[in-house]
Amino acid sequence: MKTIFYVIQKEFIQVKRNKTMLRMIIMIPMMQMLILVFAATYDLKNVDIFLVDKDLSSTSRELASKLEASPFFTINNSSFNPEEGEKELLRNNDDMVLVIPQGFERNLIREDKACLQLLVNAIDGQAAQLGYSYAASVIRDFNKNIIAEWKGLPEFNPPYQINAVSRFWYNSELEYKWYMAPGVLAILVTLIGLFLSGMSLVKEKEQGTIEQLNVTPIRKIQFLVGKLIPFVVIALFDLSFGLVIAKVVFSLPIVGNLGLVFGFSILYLLGILGLGLFISTVADTQQQVMFVTYFFMMIFILMGGIFTPVDSMPHWAQLMNEANPVFHFMKVMRMVVLKGSNFGDLIHEFVALCILGFTFLSLALIRYRKTA
Amino acid sequence: MNPYPDLHQNSPLLEGLGEANQKVIEVRDLVKKFGNFVANDHLNFDVYKGEIFGFLGANGAGKTTAMKILCGLSAPTSGKVKVAGFDIYKETEKVKRNIGYMSQKFSLYEDLTIAENIRFYSGIYGIKPAERKEKMEKLLKNLDIESARDSLIGSLPLGWKQKLAFSVAIFHDPKIVFLDEPTGGVDPITRRKFWDLIYEASDRGITVFVTTHYMDEAEYCNRVSIMNEGRIEALDTPENLKQKYGAKNMDEVFLKIARNKE
Repeated sequence: MKTIFYVIQKEFIQVKRNKTMLRMIIMIPMMQMLILVFAATYDLKNVDIFLVDKDLSSTSRELASKLEASPFFTINNSSFNPEEGEKELLRNNDDMVLVIPQGFERNLIREDKACLQLLVNAIDGQAAQLGYSYAASVIRDFNKNIIAEWKGLPEFNPPYQINAVSRFWYNSELEYKWYMAPGVLAILVTLIGLFLSGMSLVKEKEQGTIEQLNVTPIRKIQFLVGKLIPFVVIALFDLSFGLVIAKVVFSLPIVGNLGLVFGFSILYLLGILGLGLFISTVADTQQQVMFVTYFFMMIFILMGGIFTPVDSMPHWAQLMNEANPVFHFMKVMRMVVLKGSNFGDLIHEFVALCILGFTFLSLALIRYRKTA
Repeated sequence: MNPYPDLHQNSPLLEGLGEANQKVIEVRDLVKKFGNFVANDHLNFDVYKGEIFGFLGANGAGKTTAMKILCGLSAPTSGKVKVAGFDIYKETEKVKRNIGYMSQKFSLYEDLTIAENIRFYSGIYGIKPAERKEKMEKLLKNLDIESARDSLIGSLPLGWKQKLAFSVAIFHDPKIVFLDEPTGGVDPITRRKFWDLIYEASDRGITVFVTTHYMDEAEYCNRVSIMNEGRIEALDTPENLKQKYGAKNMDEVFLKIARNKE
């Protein structure tokens, strides 16, 4: 036990001496929480519309002003030539071209129907769909009003209608920042844990101190545990720091039990640090560690569902995610922080993280040999 | 079989050691292969308590490989090896408790101070804090670096680092200390001073096993073995070797052995 204490003490002194490391420990949570959470948003804003109004009637102008009035749309340019609009789409200056054909109002009055053309830049499918459906709903509302205005409502005999009233639970204002924040916190913990542990062992290899340690009677487990504990502490510090930022800066509602958040974080960190140490035992240089760690980070994070819902991934990808610690941890973070899920709701994640943690730690322990 | 059964009796430095004349390292038919390459080809030798045993050879002769096996850093392909009375295969951890090691690659933590390095390594060997403090004071005084105790290792000159690395390697009073080219890259005076430390350790009864390719250092050893292409070509006291090969100094001995092979 005493031996572990000496290893921990040494690790902390080394972190303390490493000014770059210290700065990163403070800067990473700040940058991630303040920049990533704000920037990585799916809230739809600022859709630029190129308007081609060939009708120039009062109805077409009314429609245009309806769109302009919506917080999502800006009529950026207009022209009578739809090809101009296409050019603007190509230049990425506008997101949509709305073409109101000549005779729009006349057709609407005479034939009770008229056509509109909406050209959407769909390079980003998600944004395109959202933009399209918002625009469509503005047009639909406009349409309803016309019917009401022009035909008058049959008030004595209203048509039967099914009205679905929806209410959004757990994040009633659909605040995207609240959805992102726990996910970014999960990434934060991963980043810190994986890089610190990945670098630590290989640094000793590069400096030759590992050989010195390998001729001492220190036991593998003592050495690895002594190395892990300081990183758990640092990562938990960063998690707390990130939570405070989330609370203060964008009033993240922390519904669930913080003890549960930290408990799961420790469990998760054991696995992530195990993986980092394993990479460190396989690699010979810090450069190699960087490459391999970066590879794992990318896969884990993009698969883990920070940006895209895992439920929409193909079945095989969802199965693969069972072996992705970030996926489980991100789910736990969101469930506990935003929904207030309790331990009983998280049994599956708990078991998965236990298995993954045990596997990664065992790999590190087996792979790290004092005798080559 | 030991091909040099009587060597230690001929060694002037070992005379008078009497019953202390016990084997601390026993190597029989040690073989280490890396794929098809034979790094150590049936090595046989003994090292006796308290002696300074020089392990000589050109670069790539297999010195470091053999030393790493003796330290338990590398597993032999075959052969019997006992270090400090313990079997290298089965009692590796016991071996490690009884040896010290200083590698070519400088091995103290550059970002820790002298005192912190000593504290860390003594902690691992289970030396009690009170004992550590006392020994550390002595060590610092002996090396005349008391004022530098809180200096980072990285800021010290190489000669100091080497002396410190050696002192830390024997801080837990091992039976044997292994030195792998300990004086690389420093001037002859600093080397000479380093050897004073080795003699001091030897006087304390610590067996010193040292690899080197400086032939002047070979003269300082009680006995030397000369390796070439994975085999031990000669093993005796420097005096006897010079006589046997009709050479003025160890440099000539070494060259003659190397040439005979070609």
